[in-house]
Parts: sequence; structure tokens; C-alpha cells
Amino acid sequence: MSPRVVFPNKILPYLLVAPQLAITLIFFYWPASQALRQSMLREDPFGLSSKFVWFANFKKVLSDPNYLNSIQVTAVFSIATAAVAMGTALLLAVMAEKVIRGRGVYRTLMIWPYAVAPAIAGMLWLFLFNPSIGSLAYGLRWLGINWDPLLDGEQAMALVVAAASWKQISYNFLFFVAGLQAIPKTLIEAAAIDGAKPTKRFWTIVFPLLAPTTFFLLVVNTVYAFFDTFGIIHAVTGGGPGKATETLVYKVYNDGFVNLILGDSAAQSVILMVIVIALTAIQFRYVEKKVHYG
Amino acid sequence: MIDNSPIRTFIAHLVLVLGILIVAFPIYYTFVASTHSLQTILRPPLPLLPGDRFVENYSEALFGGVGRIGGVSVATLLFNTTVVALGIAIGKIIISLLSAYAIVFFRFPLRMTFFWLIFITLMLPVEVRILPTYKVMVDFGLIDTYAGLIVPLIASATATLLFRQFFLTIPGELVEAARVDGAGPWRFFWDILLPLSRTNIAALFVILFIYGWTQYLWPLLVTNRNDMNTIVIALRKMISFADADTEWHLVMVTSMLAIVPPILVVVLMQRWFVRGLVDTEK
Repeated sequence: MSPRVVFPNKILPYLLVAPQLAITLIFFYWPASQALRQSMLREDPFGLSSKFVWFANFKKVLSDPNYLNSIQVTAVFSIATAAVAMGTALLLAVMAEKVIRGRGVYRTLMIWPYAVAPAIAGMLWLFLFNPSIGSLAYGLRWLGINWDPLLDGEQAMALVVAAASWKQISYNFLFFVAGLQAIPKTLIEAAAIDGAKPTKRFWTIVFPLLAPTTFFLLVVNTVYAFFDTFGIIHAVTGGGPGKATETLVYKVYNDGFVNLILGDSAAQSVILMVIVIALTAIQFRYVEKKVHYG
Repeated sequence: MIDNSPIRTFIAHLVLVLGILIVAFPIYYTFVASTHSLQTILRPPLPLLPGDRFVENYSEALFGGVGRIGGVSVATLLFNTTVVALGIAIGKIIISLLSAYAIVFFRFPLRMTFFWLIFITLMLPVEVRILPTYKVMVDFGLIDTYAGLIVPLIASATATLLFRQFFLTIPGELVEAARVDGAGPWRFFWDILLPLSRTNIAALFVILFIYGWTQYLWPLLVTNRNDMNTIVIALRKMISFADADTEWHLVMVTSMLAIVPPILVVVLMQRWFVRGLVDTEK
């Protein structure tokens, strides 16, 4: 690309970036550096004294059974949410490709949950499945299931996974539809002429060609399950019962704000930072590839 | 289209209708619950059709004030949330437009450093710097203020990247022509760049408005007073886990009022919404 035509101005550009820079420095970089520093300090809850302990906080956090439990909970929660949300959305997107009449209506109805806050999604599902007043919980008990997500950890997990993936279906649906539309129809027609049945065509042609979209959505859904679902956990289960739904982000919040264990919370923040950096790096590497290979 | 037998099309429609039922049912049922009395809600199963308490429930919640959140009315909460969502969306768009403009149309020392500084904030969500950011808020006296709810969230790597990408596609000849005609940087920004960016701004606005409206962790941290809560946080406070004294009919009304405005934005601005979604993720 030729060198861009630009305005010759010495001070104006600095004034233009100043607001954004000021906010990032004050609210992003300064606190992040504090989190890094604090992760190596041990401090009493009143902030009266602190001492430098190198990686002792990390060692303590990583050997804490509660933390290991919360890693496991996060893994189960993320995998289940991504699988349910993406599986449902893919099925619906494939079906939406097949129909001609009513396609626009289906899409319009399908995007609603995107606009619902995760915490509210959680509360709606809690209302439906609340053991004492939930109508669907009533149905489950009528079927003979001993349903009480407020006491049973696995049922609580099922409830938050349902709420979290329900909210994410719209997003995945839109991207899968876009991905499906990008697949050349000629390929599918050629396979049909060769006698491949629809199921075979899906698994041997459509699904592999959809791989970039699927991978992209996998990363996005993981980020979503890690970070954006704090509201669901906080509003529906509060990490309980026991610690059955305490995800990493919920634990950072809980240890820092409720239990006031500052060093541990900061060390957990830093670990989360590493996870975000890794996920973002994967996402951008992938985007670059897509640009190169079309 | 190939071998589209009527049976296959029928099955497709059937699956889609089932999907819509799953997607829409929780929202529909919330609406149903919001039109029944508390007594009806407490005796499951709830009827599938709306009740006759629509006017009573909605006016009680909107103007009467809700006991569990200190008598604050839902109208106040809606006002707060609208201010926050609009503030975040508009604030993000303005400061991202300005910094992308500087980075693309000017040459100055530290240009790329600034660009990377903005870009890397993608990797620093609130969750990873939660306590120190809270401390900054306390030091600045921003707890329980609109500024505290809005300003820290308006830095935006995504929006800046998006505008930068778009500005890079604007031909240099356009800038040259403007300069020959005697337009300064402001004139160019106002009269040429902004009109060209209209669709991008609309698309981004939908996404950012939803982002602002659905915030949870941040308002939870920086508001203590009941009358400064956003509607989502207030809802959380209205539900008690023991659920003995939760006023479910008001909770359901509040849920509806929290859900409907962003859904309207998404459905009415659907074209821009889908565009914005695809753009911001690329």
C-alpha cells in the first residue's frame, strides 16, 4: 500500500487519542499492574502491613483443593455450555437452511435471547425450575424425578448450563447460518449427483467446510463461559450448593470481595489474565489465517 | 435445491418450531407470570395464558416502589439502566472514532505504541483486575455515580480496531481532494468521515447498547445505593434464595421491563445488529 495521505499536525493527534488513553491507563493498566504486584504480596485484610512473598500466593492458590475444584467446575461448565449451545445452534441453522418459507421469521424469533442479560437468563430458568414454585420443576417431580437444584450440586450445574447455553444459542445460530451460506452450493449438488444421501453430504462436505466457523465459535463460547456467565452463577446459585458451581471468576470475586483474602484473589486474577491472553492469542491467530486463505 | 421432499421440509419446520419454543418459552412464561397475582404464582403449575393483573402489577412495580430494594420504583431503575447503556454505547463510539482517526490520518511519534496500548486492553477484562480497579473507583469517589458506572467501561479496543479497519479502506485521494479544497482535519472528520461511517456506527451502536444494558459485574461492584442500581442488579436483590418472601409477581414484571427494551433494539435494528455482530468479531 502506498504511504497514506495524512494531515500535517503535531498536537491534534495526541489530543484525539488522549481520552481513550487516559481511561486505559487509569482503569486498565494501573489496576492490572497493581494486581500483578499484589499477587506477590501477603497483606492482612485491613491493609496495615504487607510483605513481599514472590510466588508463595500462587503456590498456595494452586495447591488449594477449593481452587482445584473450581478449575474442574469451570472446565465442566465451559465444555457443557459450549457443547449444548453449539450443538443446538448447528442443528437449528442446518434446518433453517433447508426451509425457504418463513426463514426470516425464524431468524427474528431466534435472536431474542441475545438481548437478555446473562443474569436475567439465569433468573428466568430459576423461576421455571425453582423447586417450590417452578412450573417445570413441578413437571419434573410429577415425572418422579427428585428435583432440587438448591441442594443437589449436579442439578444446580445442569440448571446454570441450561441458562448459559440458552442465552448463547442466538449468537451461534447467526454465525452458523452465515457459515452455511458461504459453502458453495455446487459442491453439495455434485455430491448429490454422485448419489450421496443428505446425512452423508452433511458429515463429509458441510461439516468439514464449516470447521473455521466451528472453531471460531468454540473460542468465543469458551470466553463467554469463562467470563460472561458470572451473572448467571451469582444470581442463580451463588456458587453453591457447597462449591458445586463455583467457577474461577466467581471465586476471584468471592475471595476478594466477600472473604477479603487479597493476595490469593490477586494471584487468581493473574492466572485468569494468563488464560485470557492465551484465548485472545488463539482467536487472533485464527482470524489471521482466515484472512490469508479466504 | 436438491431432493427437497415434503417430508424433509416438514421435519425441518418441526425442528425449527421446537427450537423457537425452547428459545421463546422462558420469555413468554415470564410475561404470563407478570400478569398473575402472587398467590397464583405460588401455586404451580402456572396457567399457560396471561392473567388479568397486567395493569395492577405493572403500575405497582413501575411507580409504587419495591419493598425488597428499599422502595425504589422500577421506573428509576429503567432510567438508570438507559443512562448507563446509552452512555456506554455513545461514549465508546466517540472515543474510538477519535483515536482511530488519529491513528490512521496522522503521523506522530508513539503512534503504534498507543495503538498497541489500546489493543492489549482486550486481554484485561474487569474480572482479571477486579480489586485494584475497585480501589481506583473508591479513590476517585466514583462509587454510586453515573460516571463511575459509565466511564471505566468506555475504553474499547474492539470499536477502535473496527473503525481503524474501516478508515484504512478510505482512499487517500479523498483526503487529498479535501485538503486541496482547503478542508482542515476537523472539516474532513465532520463532513466526510462521519457520514461515511454511518452504517458502521449504527451496527456498533446496537451491539454496544446491549453490552451496556446487560452489564453485571461492574454495576454490582460500583453501586451500593438502591436508587443507583441498574435493573439487572436490582432484580438480583429482589430474589431471595429462601424464596419465602420474594414478591415473584413484581420480579416477573421487572424481568419483562429489563428484557423488552434491548429485545426491541435488536429486533427493530436487526440488519445492523447482524452486521455489527459479524464485524466486531472479525
